[in-house]
Amino acid sequence: MTEMMIEAAGLNKYFSDFHVLRNIDLQVKSGERVVLCGPSGSGKSTLIRCLNGLELHQGGKLAVCGIALTNTRRSIDLVRRRTGMVFQNFNLFPHMTAVENCMIAPMRVRGLTREEARAVAETYLRRVHVEDQINKYPAQLSGGQQQRVAIARALAMSPDVMLFDEPTSALDPEMVGEVLDTMTEIASEGTTMICVTHEMGFARKIADRVVFMDAGAIVETAPPEEFFTQSRTPRAREFLSWVMH
Amino acid sequence: MFQPYTWNHVFFMLGGLGTTIWLAAIALVGGSIAGSILALVRVAHNPLLRNAARLYIFVVQGTPLLVTLFIAYFGARWIGIDVAPVVAIAVAFSFYAAAFLGEIWRGAIESVPHGQREGSHALGLSYADAMRFIIVPQAIRIATPPTVGFFVQLIKNTSLASVVGIVELTRTSQIVSNATFKPLDVYLTAATFYFVVCFPLTLLSRYLERRLGTQTK
Repeated sequence: MTEMMIEAAGLNKYFSDFHVLRNIDLQVKSGERVVLCGPSGSGKSTLIRCLNGLELHQGGKLAVCGIALTNTRRSIDLVRRRTGMVFQNFNLFPHMTAVENCMIAPMRVRGLTREEARAVAETYLRRVHVEDQINKYPAQLSGGQQQRVAIARALAMSPDVMLFDEPTSALDPEMVGEVLDTMTEIASEGTTMICVTHEMGFARKIADRVVFMDAGAIVETAPPEEFFTQSRTPRAREFLSWVMH
Repeated sequence: MFQPYTWNHVFFMLGGLGTTIWLAAIALVGGSIAGSILALVRVAHNPLLRNAARLYIFVVQGTPLLVTLFIAYFGARWIGIDVAPVVAIAVAFSFYAAAFLGEIWRGAIESVPHGQREGSHALGLSYADAMRFIIVPQAIRIATPPTVGFFVQLIKNTSLASVVGIVELTRTSQIVSNATFKPLDVYLTAATFYFVVCFPLTLLSRYLERRLGTQTK
C-alpha cells in the first residue's frame, strides 16, 4: 500500500503572464487523504485540476496513478479513467435523472451494459444515501442531494483517486453537513482523496496531511493537529486566524 | 378580357404550393445536415477547419439570398450541370440554410455551461461521447425556438424562387393574378396557404419547448 498515487515534481503553470503554480512538489500515497487549503487565488483549485488534465501544466513532472501525465490526449484519457472529480457546482447533467447521471460513464467508458451500469449506479447512490431520489432530475433535488449524486457518479467509475474541488462551497449552510458526512464515510473506506476545502473541522477529522498553499506555491505541509495548533509559517497562521474565527 | 377567379385557379395555386413545400423540404433537410456539420466544425479543435467554416458563414450570410439564387440558377448551367432549375434552387436554399442553422446551433452548443464539458471529461467520456450524450441534447433545447423560427422564415423565403422562374406558390399566384386581375383575392389565398403550412410549425415549436423543458424546469 505504498504505491504513489500522485507524484508532482517542480510543477509550474502560467495563465499567460501570471505564474499560477510555482515549483509544486507533492506526493500522495495510496489511501492517503490530503486536504489542500489556502487563501483564494493561491492556486489550489488549479493544482487539483492539473491532476486530471482539466488544466495543462507547463513545466515539471507529474504522474497520477503511475501514469506520466504529459498533456497528450492519451495520457490525459488514461488518467481520467482512474480519477474521479467532484466540483463546486456539481456539474450534474440536467437532462438525465440521478441514476442516469451515474450510468453514462460506466456504459460509455467501461463498456458495461445498461443493466450492469444501473446496478453499479444504484449501489453508489445507496452509499451516498440518495436511494429514494434516483429517478429524479437534478433540478428536483436539494443542493446537498445533488452534490451527493455527483459523488456517487464519480465513485461509480471505481477511481483510484478522488479529487474534490471545494465540494461544499456552493451549498447552503444547512446542507454542508450531509455532504461532509458522506465524504467522511468515503474517507473511512480507504479511498485516496485530495480535497480542496475551507472546512477546517473536516480537514482536522479526516486528513492525514494538510497542504497549505499561498501565491501558487506550497508553503507548508503538516499533519492536521500540528498544522492547526503550531503552524510554522506566519502566512499559514494568518490564514488560520481568518478561517477559524 | 380577364378570366373570373375560379376554383380552377385555386387548384393551380395548390400545385404551386406543392412545389413550395418540396423546395422547403429539400432546404430543411439539406440545410439541417450541412448546418449540423458546420456547427460541429465551428467548435472543432482544428483552427483550419474552424476558420473555413467561419469564412463560409460570412460569405453566405453577407450576400442576399436573391443573389445566391441567381448564382445557383445560372451557375448550374454555366458549369454544365444538367439538373432541373428547381433542384439547383433547392440546393442553393440548402447552402443558405446551412450558414444560418450552423451559427444558431454553434451558439446553442457554446451556451451549454462549460462545467458540463468538464464534468464529462472528468468522467473520462471522449469528446464525441460528451457531445452526443451531454452537450448536444442540452443544446437542442436551447436551439429549438430559433431553429423553428428560421424554418418558418425559410419556407416563406422560397417565394424568392419565383424570380428565377420556378413555378412555386408565389409564381402561380402571379400568373393567376395576371390572368384574373384580382390581385387582392389571389394573394390573400396565397397568404392563407403559407400560413397553413407555417402555423403548425410554430405550434410544434411551443410543444417541443414545453416537452423538452419538463426535465430541467
